Amino acid sequence: MTDLRVVGGDLLPPSDDRRHLLSVADLTRDDVERLLATARSFAHSQERDNKKLPTLRGRLILNVFYESSTRTSSSFELAAKRLSADTMTLKAVGSSVDKGESLKDTALTLSAYDPDVIVLRHPEIGAAQFVARATDARVVNAGDGKHQHPTQALLDLHTMREAFGRLDGLQVAIVGDITHSRVARSLVQALKLVGASAILVGPPALLPVGLAPTTSDIAAIADADVVYVLRMQQERMLAGANFVPSLREYTARWGITPERLRDGQRVMHPGPMNRGVEIDARVADSDASLVVDQVRSGLIVRMAVLYDLLTTGPVAVESAVGVA
Amino acid sequence: MLAGRTGTDNVVIRGARLLDPVEGLDATLDVRIDNGVIAQLGSELDTNEHRVVDASGLILAPAFIDPHVHLRTPGREDEETIASGTAAAAAGGYCAILAIPNTDPVIDDADVLRGLRARAAEEAQVPVGFMAAVTKGQDGEELTEMGALADAGAAGFTDDGRPVATAGVMRRALQYNAITGRMIAVHCEEQSLTRGGHAHAGLVAAELGLGGWPSLGESLMVARDLDLAGETEQPVHLMHLSARESVEHLRRALAAGIRASAEATPHHLCLTDEAVRSLDPNMKMNPPLRSEEDRVALLDAVRDGTIAAIATDHAPHSPEEKDVPFEAAPFGVIGLETSFAALYTQLVEPGVLSLETLLERMSAGPAGIFGLDRPRIAIGAPANLTLIDPNATWRVKPSALRSRSLNSWLLGQRLRGRVKLTIAAGRVVFEL
Repeated sequence: MTDLRVVGGDLLPPSDDRRHLLSVADLTRDDVERLLATARSFAHSQERDNKKLPTLRGRLILNVFYESSTRTSSSFELAAKRLSADTMTLKAVGSSVDKGESLKDTALTLSAYDPDVIVLRHPEIGAAQFVARATDARVVNAGDGKHQHPTQALLDLHTMREAFGRLDGLQVAIVGDITHSRVARSLVQALKLVGASAILVGPPALLPVGLAPTTSDIAAIADADVVYVLRMQQERMLAGANFVPSLREYTARWGITPERLRDGQRVMHPGPMNRGVEIDARVADSDASLVVDQVRSGLIVRMAVLYDLLTTGPVAVESAVGVA
Repeated sequence: MLAGRTGTDNVVIRGARLLDPVEGLDATLDVRIDNGVIAQLGSELDTNEHRVVDASGLILAPAFIDPHVHLRTPGREDEETIASGTAAAAAGGYCAILAIPNTDPVIDDADVLRGLRARAAEEAQVPVGFMAAVTKGQDGEELTEMGALADAGAAGFTDDGRPVATAGVMRRALQYNAITGRMIAVHCEEQSLTRGGHAHAGLVAAELGLGGWPSLGESLMVARDLDLAGETEQPVHLMHLSARESVEHLRRALAAGIRASAEATPHHLCLTDEAVRSLDPNMKMNPPLRSEEDRVALLDAVRDGTIAAIATDHAPHSPEEKDVPFEAAPFGVIGLETSFAALYTQLVEPGVLSLETLLERMSAGPAGIFGLDRPRIAIGAPANLTLIDPNATWRVKPSALRSRSLNSWLLGQRLRGRVKLTIAAGRVVFEL
């Protein structure tokens, strides 16, 4: 219980000019520690019968999703509701986007409602930066093309810390299509911030150079504490690009099966999973899997992010939880 | 080859430092222009009731020539017109520009070319040389009637915006172009390597998740076109070089006696792909901004003359096209109004490029490549002059740009060195 308490002074408050969460690259280690600590406080609040906190009452949080999403959109919406904010989720399908409205006009239209936060998912790199420039709202990047998905990285760190009790020195093997993965880009930066290490494993053409050590040898996952599995993002691959000859060949070489794991290793996946392709169903359903923990972490980490953007930092966390 | 008005202005420019590196002129003197022609250089010249410009403390140099401008006319007059593009050129100190034919329609027909030249004769602030396409519709398959186009006044040939994709067509174009005496300018891009590319294939693109446009995508085509120029014994001009490897190929070709020339842009000489981290669409160009190593290689080549011309690749885009997320934005930036000041601020003032070299590469260099008369400060020469205040500091403001488009990589930046007056073909075309 006491280890879940956030004490002012332990952690630095956010700097005044940080108004958005666009990229893990914008975060310091202090920011990450503060957000994770705030998330743990909220985990506590979620164990009660009344899970709602009054903290963001009267605030407006708009979720704008130009790409399909199950986990991210539902958890942002629920996070906003649990903090008593007003919230709406707009999907590109069925909105004026269908009628050819540009991102700029959609952003300007929505900003007429004076939202405190716009949560944006968009297929194009730079979309979150664009909306941050075009509006006065605080912007949370919920995924911009292949670039960034910072709340995913934060929830992954939270999941790892809960599972292992530490982050420092943890070894994470990220396996699969790294090139097209905003999850991998965000996670590699986040792991570096907290003193953990990453190795990237996958087909040669899907391993970008310079982010972290890479190998195409699946045996390299043996040293990892966490095997982080990614799907092949075929919707982001150009036709005829020939990254791998076939999914069958991918599965044979890089699919995560029980035989390729050793005892004590934990398996993570950002979803959606393609069972039988990048991950064997027996692994997905095993005790080694942290996939459900990731989803649970998603809610409280997103509560922490919204809270952090709209309040003054960790000192207020205790009182917020206390009021509830 | 140039279409535009000529003038008969009478002006005396008093007390400027006259700097013409090719003529070996560096002296503080007066210049008298009679009927648009330089009539006298000397001290305390008679004004002859001419207009007098007090230019003490300023530099008078041969005006600039930009061999690579997208005027967007015909087809996208919302982005640039002959009038607005040449007004921007005048404000940048240019006395002539070459317009790229990737318009709508493409300039691949002699009648369309004649029509444009007639319009330029009316509308252009500075003379324009219109280039024509190498292949019909720039589709890389069938040669244009290069002879007829040259007769109609084409200033050269290019499919810029895209490469001549197959070696066979490029070889035929070089061979046939022997009859025109014009230059073929090539946009070097091996598209099977650059498809889906939005930024230089390096660490920055890897970190941002942007599709890579590798140096090899350029240098492979540079090597091909240099070899074809060698085999056909015809000249070729390499546009907007960006990669160190391309420069190395060019050096080898020149040493082997191949008739090749090249240009570099201010943005490739001043920026690297680190600028892309901002995800500002005005940092998105084709070819892309590359590494510091590449930038230095280009600079070395400009310094030693391997790259003989500086070209802006002025590429206007409307706000609705460019004011979008980085990945959705088209390639290209404008540059006519800021090229001298940007290079003066970022290269000359820090001492990495001499002012004389910069002036030569912006004027005599491109003139020589494309067979245009070299702007010069000499008695009897038509007045093609730019007057520069090297100490002026100014900020690049969207509202002050004469271009119809605002996609400058320098918006909001403070620059040193400003064009105060431009005389093109004997006419005062710009005055601050």
